[in-house]
Amino acid sequence: MQKASLTKASKRFYTYKFLLPAGIIYFVLFLLPTIMSFFFSMTRWDLVDWDFIGLDNYKTFFSESSLNIGFRNTLIYAVVTCGLKVVFGLLLGVALTSGLRIKGYLRSVVFFPTLLSTIAVGIAFSSMMHPTQGLINKSLALAGIVGPDWLGDTSIALLSVAFVDVWKGVGMATVIFIAGIMSIPEEYYEALQIDGGNAWDRFKHITNPLVAPAMNSVIILAFIGGLRSFDLVWAMTKGGPGFSTDLIASIIYKQYQGGFYGLSTAGNVILFIGVSLLAFPLLKLLSKREVDL
Amino acid sequence: MAQSKKKTILALTGAVLLTSALTACGSNNNNGNAANANANKSPDAATESPAATSDASSERYEKPVTLKLMIDNQTSTEGIKAVADEIEKRYNIKTEFDLRPGGDEGDNLVKTRLATGEMDDLSFYNSGSLFKALQPEKYFLDLTSEPFMQNVVDSFLPTVSVDGKTYAAPSGASQAGAWLYNKKVYAELGLSVPKTWDELKANNEKIKAAGKTAVIGSYKDSWTSQLIVLADYANVTADAPTFADDFTNNKAKFADTPAALRSFQKLAEMKDYMNKDYLATTYDQALKMLVDGTGVQYPMLTFALSNIFATYPDKIDDIGVFAQPADSADKTALTVWMPAGIAIYKDGKNVEAAKKWINFFASPEGMALLATKAKPEGPYVIKGATLPNDAYAGVKEMMPYFDNGNNAPALEFLSPLKGPSLPQLTVEVGAGMKSPEDNAKAYDKDVEKQAKQLGIAGW
Repeated sequence: MQKASLTKASKRFYTYKFLLPAGIIYFVLFLLPTIMSFFFSMTRWDLVDWDFIGLDNYKTFFSESSLNIGFRNTLIYAVVTCGLKVVFGLLLGVALTSGLRIKGYLRSVVFFPTLLSTIAVGIAFSSMMHPTQGLINKSLALAGIVGPDWLGDTSIALLSVAFVDVWKGVGMATVIFIAGIMSIPEEYYEALQIDGGNAWDRFKHITNPLVAPAMNSVIILAFIGGLRSFDLVWAMTKGGPGFSTDLIASIIYKQYQGGFYGLSTAGNVILFIGVSLLAFPLLKLLSKREVDL
Repeated sequence: MAQSKKKTILALTGAVLLTSALTACGSNNNNGNAANANANKSPDAATESPAATSDASSERYEKPVTLKLMIDNQTSTEGIKAVADEIEKRYNIKTEFDLRPGGDEGDNLVKTRLATGEMDDLSFYNSGSLFKALQPEKYFLDLTSEPFMQNVVDSFLPTVSVDGKTYAAPSGASQAGAWLYNKKVYAELGLSVPKTWDELKANNEKIKAAGKTAVIGSYKDSWTSQLIVLADYANVTADAPTFADDFTNNKAKFADTPAALRSFQKLAEMKDYMNKDYLATTYDQALKMLVDGTGVQYPMLTFALSNIFATYPDKIDDIGVFAQPADSADKTALTVWMPAGIAIYKDGKNVEAAKKWINFFASPEGMALLATKAKPEGPYVIKGATLPNDAYAGVKEMMPYFDNGNNAPALEFLSPLKGPSLPQLTVEVGAGMKSPEDNAKAYDKDVEKQAKQLGIAGW
């Protein structure tokens, strides 16, 4: 019989052969560049030749103020965008699963910004945020309010960009929350109704705890997205004025533009390690909360 | 050892592409030798075009040769096209324009194409520090002894030379980093061109009192914030003649050379005279302000004249140009930006045709053709090429600085070092977020980082 003709050894490797094509692609396109980047981050590199210079690139990154300003900004940006997306996403999610008659229409309205190109959104908002000719300040002027220079004032420029990020990203968070809320069995709500609970009780005792898995997804996605954010900042301020809205990713890009390939690779390794160090414990913490329910 | 490392990396990045480019090299050799003989003709022969056509048959290729020219998409190609059409007529050499992004993105593209062996036959690229950062000795043909280089004005040569060898020819006219001003408003307010920094400030006060913006700031495009610092260099050299060399060799710094530090201080002194929304104003908006007279002076490169001419052709003669004044009138000089260079890729398929191309392009005749479609933003750097009669009024106003020798190239053409964070640092100084002293120091650090990353000797 055919089956019996397979030796033990060939049986063992038989399955691995099927993994090989995908394995090779994964190795060449993902693992190899990752490993190489750890190496090149310790070199002075012009894409052709390289000199090994040890940890000098990392020292430069941590010691130079135009580089390490990114750590603080990135953390602020990630926390602010992530927090607001969770709050607004949850509120919208609850509202759009309620008995509203036009909720189908509203759902598409809320989701629409997610479909737009980030660069287009950035350019549109930066013209709306123009201090004298922008739509926002002109509207405020009608109400007699003198609006600030949203992107020029260094104390609020980063928050202005974060606000646009929330505007654009909240649709995705809302959709995840809607899915989470819809999967809560109707019986719980009926039981609450029999016990005489009001709308706030519905939210506090059923929706909020049972939507935790969805909330965890939103937190993790939004937080990692915030840490790695680049395109919106680049389209709106290019890290300016000065360095006030520079995020780690935009700083890395600028080092790459300067032709400092080794230094920018070191920045990427730092970003990779930073994201891992923050994201994994966060994931653990959040999933613990889920289990405890 | 280093060689094998290099090979491994090349193999990983673009082995296939590289080998295909190398094997293609051999194909055109016969054609190439014939062209070489012709390229040695005196460049003057090319200028007498009717006479030259008699022996054009020998200069002409039998079969059309196509050269690819890589050029950024911000530069107007109209003028170059006019010259290229004539080259096609004369030598049967077609020119295919290969557009790339400008600015830093373009730099990356060029560097990547060079590293993977995919560069076009001809490449149009900034001269000065940016060109030297490409390591031209590795990739571009040595043009030092080519006859057409005799045509080139001496001051251009150092900006495209490494170790005494020249790797590119000029692509057109030079330009200046200076102050553009609205002559109409100047006349209305009874102002005259300032010869010293104090006179400039006095003018600013009068303009401000008249309710107009004295100095246009367009920091939304952060590169424009560098102009006051960069355009001051001709004044810096008057006080510190060896600064460029000392700066390159790690012996002089911006922060501790008073003349150089002054450039940053001058920038800081302009804050009170700028438009209120300078942080949100773009380069295009700034030009509009200058043309309609709501803004009166704009520190800028004179290529802005071409942008103004394209958008507001009837207003171009209202715009004048003066050099950024020094503290004393006898030291005021104009800072000159050299034109981009055109270099020949060493391993290209049609090196000889490319030499022919440049031989015609970098001649007074080539420049005259160029001027029919693209008006110069400053004097040409080809000997014997003169400004056309219909040159911009602003450019004509610049000529005395050249006739009297009152000019110097910008620092970025004399030194390979130009810190990449300068635009951000000058925004901070110009907007008063940081003191000029602090950011001169920060810029010195930025330059140090660049020198170390590029492995420049002495750092």
